[in-house]
Amino acid sequence: MKTDALNPQSRYAGYLAADFSDRAPTESLLEHDRREFLKLVGGGIIVLMTFDPAAAAQREGGFAGRHELPHDFNAFLRIGEDGRVTGFTGKIEMGQGVITSLAQMLADELAVPLDAVHMVMGDTDLCPWDMGTFGSMTTRFFGPALRAAAAEAKAVLIELAAESLQIPKERLRAKDGAICTDGQQKITYAELAHGKQILRHVMNAPIENPADFTVIGKSALRKDSLDKVTGKAQYAGDVREPGMLFARILRPPAHGAKLISVDVAAARAVEGAQVVHEGNLIAVLHRQPDSAEAALAQIKAQYDRPAAVADDKSIFDHLLKVAPPHGETVAQGGDLQAGREAARAAVEEQYLNSYVAHAPIEPHTALAKVEGDKATIWASTQTPFALREAAATLLGVSPPNVRVIVPFVGGGFGGKSNIQQALEAVRLAKITGKHVQVGWTREEEFFYDTFRPAAVVKVQAGLDNAGLITFWDYGVYFAGERGAAQFYHVPNHRTSSYGSGWGDSASAHPFATGPWRAPGNNTNTFARESHIDALAARAGMDPVEFRLKNLADAKMRGVLQAVAEKFGWTPAKAPSGRGYGVACGMDAGAYVAHMAEVEVDKNSGAVRVKRVVCAQNMGLCINPEGARLQMEGAITMGMGYALSEEVQFTGGEIHDSNFDTYTLPHFSWLPDIETVIIDAPDSPAQGGGEPAIIGMGAVIANAIFDATGARLRQLPMTPERVKKGIVSGE
Amino acid sequence: MKQNIRFNLNGKPVSLEVDPTRALLWVLRYELGLTGTKYGCGEALCGACTVVVGRQAVRSCSVEMKDVAGKDVTTIEGLAKDGTLHPLQQAFVDHDALQCGYCTPGMIMSSYALLLDKPHPSRGEILEYMDSNLCRCGAHKRIVEAIEATAKAA
Repeated sequence: MKTDALNPQSRYAGYLAADFSDRAPTESLLEHDRREFLKLVGGGIIVLMTFDPAAAAQREGGFAGRHELPHDFNAFLRIGEDGRVTGFTGKIEMGQGVITSLAQMLADELAVPLDAVHMVMGDTDLCPWDMGTFGSMTTRFFGPALRAAAAEAKAVLIELAAESLQIPKERLRAKDGAICTDGQQKITYAELAHGKQILRHVMNAPIENPADFTVIGKSALRKDSLDKVTGKAQYAGDVREPGMLFARILRPPAHGAKLISVDVAAARAVEGAQVVHEGNLIAVLHRQPDSAEAALAQIKAQYDRPAAVADDKSIFDHLLKVAPPHGETVAQGGDLQAGREAARAAVEEQYLNSYVAHAPIEPHTALAKVEGDKATIWASTQTPFALREAAATLLGVSPPNVRVIVPFVGGGFGGKSNIQQALEAVRLAKITGKHVQVGWTREEEFFYDTFRPAAVVKVQAGLDNAGLITFWDYGVYFAGERGAAQFYHVPNHRTSSYGSGWGDSASAHPFATGPWRAPGNNTNTFARESHIDALAARAGMDPVEFRLKNLADAKMRGVLQAVAEKFGWTPAKAPSGRGYGVACGMDAGAYVAHMAEVEVDKNSGAVRVKRVVCAQNMGLCINPEGARLQMEGAITMGMGYALSEEVQFTGGEIHDSNFDTYTLPHFSWLPDIETVIIDAPDSPAQGGGEPAIIGMGAVIANAIFDATGARLRQLPMTPERVKKGIVSGE
Repeated sequence: MKQNIRFNLNGKPVSLEVDPTRALLWVLRYELGLTGTKYGCGEALCGACTVVVGRQAVRSCSVEMKDVAGKDVTTIEGLAKDGTLHPLQQAFVDHDALQCGYCTPGMIMSSYALLLDKPHPSRGEILEYMDSNLCRCGAHKRIVEAIEATAKAA
């Protein structure tokens, strides 16, 4: 009997990009009672919405039961007395485009042009509590609730219009910001909302008919692009307050190093510099960031460094040594022993990936203003409400006394769930009584990054004579289990996870680790799809044919066939010398398949990716152009962890301090990128910001194998490693 | 030691008492209120702080004030004229050539300098010229398409 079982607790931890289960949300805007809230929000038609991402995910078989929701509502929309539509949400915009896709949903339901909708995002005073922006959750879980709220607002407008025009509701519809009949009569939203304050509350998402969508499903240009091309778009570092000071903080040379002695006298002597030395916090504040920097350089400090437990070469042995002896079962089915006995050939391998940095171009930045028992913080963060809680605790005030405002965020990718820079600004503002900006240098950004964890994956699998996989035994160490469970039709299988990617596994790593775009899944998809390719080679079969033979899932077969068609794949046993690779994966509810063509310089080991094609089934696609952008971005970003990105370190000392040694994908790497979005308007919208990155390690590794016969089992696939693979003839 | 340094900023004369070794980036952002030019790396490795001096794209984090004395400095704020976007800005909008937007001013200023120097660059020339401008979101494909479209229309 097949006994597939998911462990809900651990599954959840792997599914979300950050774990906030230890932080009970306070009530939101709604710390004010409702009457006060209504006073604050002003007149018009207000629809509160309550949605439960955990319940939504449960419905789709994802993570289950673990989040305490705010007691009241998570977001709301208002049709103001001027007729303008405003959506309020604690989500933030960091490039993923939700400022546009969320507005599209409102525009669609309320029959107004997209530019008539305004989004207020990530402001803890104006927006209700939200757990944070990560996990590709905004559209799939938040979207239906938002649309339900808009539908409710429309119903209210129609009721008001029916009364005002003395026409039955059935004859009225919403069009261009007004309620109208088929004939001449109409009344605008502004007229209907004027002088009123009507409050509604929506708890359930409606059943939608995609055929009715007018804005959804059609591409829209970004709402934020005009500000972003003119330099007007404000990021945390662009906020100015009168009298503000800029802080530079003394940093240890390595994680775990202890300060033995420090002399700040020379820094104090710098004109205009204010030195803070309180406990472990030593900082220089100055009106000019460069003067603060220069003064900081005058500080003499000595540190005691702990012995290094591992470096970037020995880390994998270290991780296996400290791994818990028993893994958590992510998925299992059948009888592994029977599967082993049925196998006529078996392949056993180990796959590695190094630590990878988030490296957003905007470093962590925040400005804190502390006045009496109130504080305002402008921060580049993915988690404004978590920051509010932490800042309130630091200041010894209640959370509503702290307002966090998140302007545009210059890239996050999971790294800006770390709120350290903002808490540093708050602490310095409290100590000095000044408004303090903390903007990390690139070196600090590398040092304090919550790196994507180094990880090891061990896989054993076997085949019968017909090329069917008889068993699959998979163990992932320290990447977490997102994307670990295999989706091939394997009768006997087990997937185990040893130590999660972060949190409870912190002691395994010499520094902080955390969620990185599609956390865990890049590692797991690299290992699984490399291994599937190795099995195909062992079976002497074309890698696509082999996958289709072992795949029952219709959606996965669909994306694989779609990508093969677009790519123009013709069957051949690898290595064919063509340099073609394929990989499949699932992430954030979406199905994705990649194909790539590479060229390998056999003398240097350098890999040039010439072409990448990606097909994705993400259910209902709200903004196809926005989704393509996200897919292209994921593909381009993914070439970095596949080919060059690797944090170099000795113990707690990070050797990479800037982009000279840590290489991001460059323009000259740009392959031809083609994307296919499977039309699936009848399925719920799934995540779109992450899935297309997960296959990049495997698709390139498999293409390198096809080109050279060398199987690369460690990311990144640097020229040295590729050359070594070719020379060793592996 | 502060010195008086004069230059033209976005077509308007500026006179500043400033340390001549200060980086142009910090003066733009903290003295002149032009925050469109971004800090990304501080070592001329990412291109987020790119501005155009004369007709050359430079990394303002690594250009000292004395080196812009008497010169014309153009920042992202100076490209649109009379409320009309520069064709490159318009192309970035039309091609969705941005995501988080943080590298965007530097991307536009670099490509602006490229097109000043070479109005009709090949794709290879665009890739080579833009190679040291980093984008983490991966908007590269659209950025190249936006530059190509601008060149084609010129």
